[in-house]
Amino acid sequence: MTSNMNGHEAVIGLEIHVQLSTKTKMFCGCALSFGDEPNVHTCPVCLAHPGSLPTINERAVRYGLEIALALDCDVAPRSIFHRKNYFYPDNPKAYQISQYDIPLAAGGRLGDVRIHRVHLEEDAAKMIHVGQSGRIHGSAHSLVDFNRGGTPLVEIVTEPDLGSPEEAREWAQLLRTTVKQLGVSDVNMEEGSLRVDANVSVRAVGAAELGTKTELKNMNSFRFLERGIAAELERQAAVLADGEEVVQETFHFDPRTGSLTPLRSKEYAHDYRYFPEPDLVPLAPTDEMLNEAREALPELPAERRERYEAELGLAEVTARQLAFDAELGEYFERVLEAGDGAEPRTIANWVTGELVARLREAGDGDADPASSKVTPQALAALAGMVESKRVTTGAARQVLATLVAEGGDPGAIVEREGLAQMSDSAELEAVVAAAIEAEPAAAERVRAGNQKAIGPIVGAVMRETKGRADGGEVTRLIRAKLGAGRE
Amino acid sequence: MTDVLELTAAQALERVAAGELGSDEYFNAYAQAAAGEDLGAYLWRAEPASGNGADGPLRGAPIAIKDIFCTESVETTAGSRILEGYRPPYTATAVRKLSAAGGRLLGKTNMDEFAMGSSNENSAYGPVRNPWDPERVPGGSSGGSAAAVAGRLAPWAIGTDTGGSIRQPASLCGVVGLKPTYGAISRYGMIAFASSLDQCGTLTRDVTDAAILLEAMQGRDPCDSTSVGIDGGIELPSRTDLEGLRFGVPRELSADAEGIEAGVTEVFQRTLGLIRDLGAEVDECELPHSSHGLSAYYVLAPAEASANLARYDGVRYGLRAGASSDVEGGLGDGIAPAETELVSMYERTRAAGFGPEVKRRIMLGTYALSSGYYEAYYGRAQRVRTKIAQDFAAAFARFDYLVTPTSPTVAFRLGARAENPLAMYMSDYCTVPMPLAGLPAISIPAGLAEPDGGGPRLPVGLQVVSPAFAETGLLDASHAIEGAIGFDAVPPGSRP
Repeated sequence: MTSNMNGHEAVIGLEIHVQLSTKTKMFCGCALSFGDEPNVHTCPVCLAHPGSLPTINERAVRYGLEIALALDCDVAPRSIFHRKNYFYPDNPKAYQISQYDIPLAAGGRLGDVRIHRVHLEEDAAKMIHVGQSGRIHGSAHSLVDFNRGGTPLVEIVTEPDLGSPEEAREWAQLLRTTVKQLGVSDVNMEEGSLRVDANVSVRAVGAAELGTKTELKNMNSFRFLERGIAAELERQAAVLADGEEVVQETFHFDPRTGSLTPLRSKEYAHDYRYFPEPDLVPLAPTDEMLNEAREALPELPAERRERYEAELGLAEVTARQLAFDAELGEYFERVLEAGDGAEPRTIANWVTGELVARLREAGDGDADPASSKVTPQALAALAGMVESKRVTTGAARQVLATLVAEGGDPGAIVEREGLAQMSDSAELEAVVAAAIEAEPAAAERVRAGNQKAIGPIVGAVMRETKGRADGGEVTRLIRAKLGAGRE
Repeated sequence: MTDVLELTAAQALERVAAGELGSDEYFNAYAQAAAGEDLGAYLWRAEPASGNGADGPLRGAPIAIKDIFCTESVETTAGSRILEGYRPPYTATAVRKLSAAGGRLLGKTNMDEFAMGSSNENSAYGPVRNPWDPERVPGGSSGGSAAAVAGRLAPWAIGTDTGGSIRQPASLCGVVGLKPTYGAISRYGMIAFASSLDQCGTLTRDVTDAAILLEAMQGRDPCDSTSVGIDGGIELPSRTDLEGLRFGVPRELSADAEGIEAGVTEVFQRTLGLIRDLGAEVDECELPHSSHGLSAYYVLAPAEASANLARYDGVRYGLRAGASSDVEGGLGDGIAPAETELVSMYERTRAAGFGPEVKRRIMLGTYALSSGYYEAYYGRAQRVRTKIAQDFAAAFARFDYLVTPTSPTVAFRLGARAENPLAMYMSDYCTVPMPLAGLPAISIPAGLAEPDGGGPRLPVGLQVVSPAFAETGLLDASHAIEGAIGFDAVPPGSRP
């Protein structure tokens, strides 16, 4: 990406909103829901009736603390809620209760990215603009569904530490996995329980000062996040190449066209007139609350990757894949538990390689192995059989295909389909001799020193043994017989 | 029947308990009086009662409620056109607690729009007249509640006080007005003016009645996280002397205060003598920053109000200007198309729904919070507030109670200050510092005085202030002073 940027580099920061999966809303007792009839989960508080008052949802605070601690932030001893004032029908009080100068937590890190702040706030209601565009411009009329209004949100703001659209996407995925591990949110981008906005700027390579940034909104998948940032970086690079200056503005990403449209200045140029929310007392987490939140933290992706590399000896890329993909990682852990003597490296390779590939072939792209027919016990047994040379790798692939399709016990499948590795070398030698005779032309070329010509002979052996022979052993035997050992 | 209207609530409840007075008879004496009133004190009146409430300590007693408290399915307007016809889906905690104690809603009382005013002339539904002189104001913003209690249209009432909205009308109407400590009574369901200052309180014929109502309403409410209640509750006052107590007289809010009428000063000085006679030490003291109270108040209260009143946008309830389908207030067909039309709907609704004083304060508050001005106004006012609280803390290290005149003047004529907001704001000069410090204060009738320049003799209030959550002591001391004063004047025309 950065290659065509004429000596400029990208500087990217993210602002993430996470909808918490508490039972009730941030400041009232209404249930959270997704997909219910409009306006059934409402009360005087979340409809902003006169005289109603907010009270803080303790569970939301707990979830916020877990996120803050998982991101290695310092939790403020007393954080303050503020009112953020603006008029819009999705904002019934005409102010959003958020946090401003003293957020819940600040100064953390996840992976290579520093976390600027983490704060609690409430979500707006849902506007439905009836008309072609689905946006307020050009709509015939608009409806408000207050079910979502007041849903607890955690906002996470990073420092501008990301250098490319790919990095931004990968890091956002790591964050998603981290929050998912905590079990405090569904973190579903399409349903809006995870929303990622990006602040994007470019500057001359090595320059200390940041360029003027623009803000990108509404990128509702990781793919769109990457595409949106890439498109904006290209635009900014072109603006600079023309000798012009980037103007600070906000863009709306259109997932249908992949294009960015600037929002009219009126839609974001607010003076929010923040001031401390007098209806709430400062939020001062007790040591007990902090300890409970800390103890509730599961092993987080960054730690898990380290452990996989250091203790299990996994390759970096495999460790990362298992640690950052929560579902795959959990499955891997269960295969490890099931044991059967296979090396963690072997198991990891089977999970991230063959199993993922087979599941993709079999169905949807991101199939969760836990919901497939391949039980962790079966995969553990299969890896164990490969490692103890009871089956060849090739035969094991056939067994796995059967497991993906039908499930079952790998030992029984090997038995039923006669896939056990040939352990009798005399039998294998006889098959090799027959194959050489059957492929005289190839045998002649191998004798003459053409190593690649060995293929047809190996193929004949494999066909005859139905993959039960170990490929390496077969090659060794053929070469020995043809007097063509590797020089 | 008329005799009932002259009883304090405590006296009437004793008779009800003894079977000498029927609970309904008690209620209906007031329902009838309220129905025939011509002071403009009520915005809504209950029907006569029949056998539905003699339980609990309040034994079916009638209670007048300021129209700022939400009452389920009973119209609640806060004195504003923008809430005309609004029937809340819920009832304020304070009102619920009164019902739970056996009280019955007698009526909703008139008030300055959103509690912004000191004369009750800012009500969208017309002014309230002072029972002592119908050409004069009852004070505000709880003017309807004060006039109803003084005019024998209610045995007692509740109101709200932000900068003096209970104590000042109590003073002008010759009744007892108590503003408890911030946090003593839940604010849930009390329509917000300035959230960090608003507090529910009582307007009663005497100090004992104030204690009874306060005890029924105080307490921590899970729906109001700023509520804490009063530890140990409230004991009925019984004290008849002030032996061993020290009373401070803040110079800035008495002798040195601007615009204090001669008659008010005279009554105040006479009352200080009574306090000495009861055995207390009385000495002068200082609250050096209290003279800045009004300035700080008129930044902070409008700032909070500008946000609190932003919800009246015509979208969900109350008045909506413009569109044809606005009558029911719901989001119906064909509403709120493009953004310009939305903004125009907001503007027209708020232009039509709010009165001039409310608009003035929304503008003041919006300005004070604006980017670039926040520190100079809001930030500075908050620091003044802290200084005022420190002044009180220093004074209470030396004194048990502080006393001041409640209002610099007796009741003024309708219209006298209506065109001059600053003169109107001065009405709260002596009452504003206490809510800024969160402290409880009570106004008790101390005597009658002529206004400067002559006129009928009108009530003068004495303000007594105590440390936070010391209401039991405050009421006890006030009870002793009340006894010594022996105020027994009643408004002309209210006596049969």
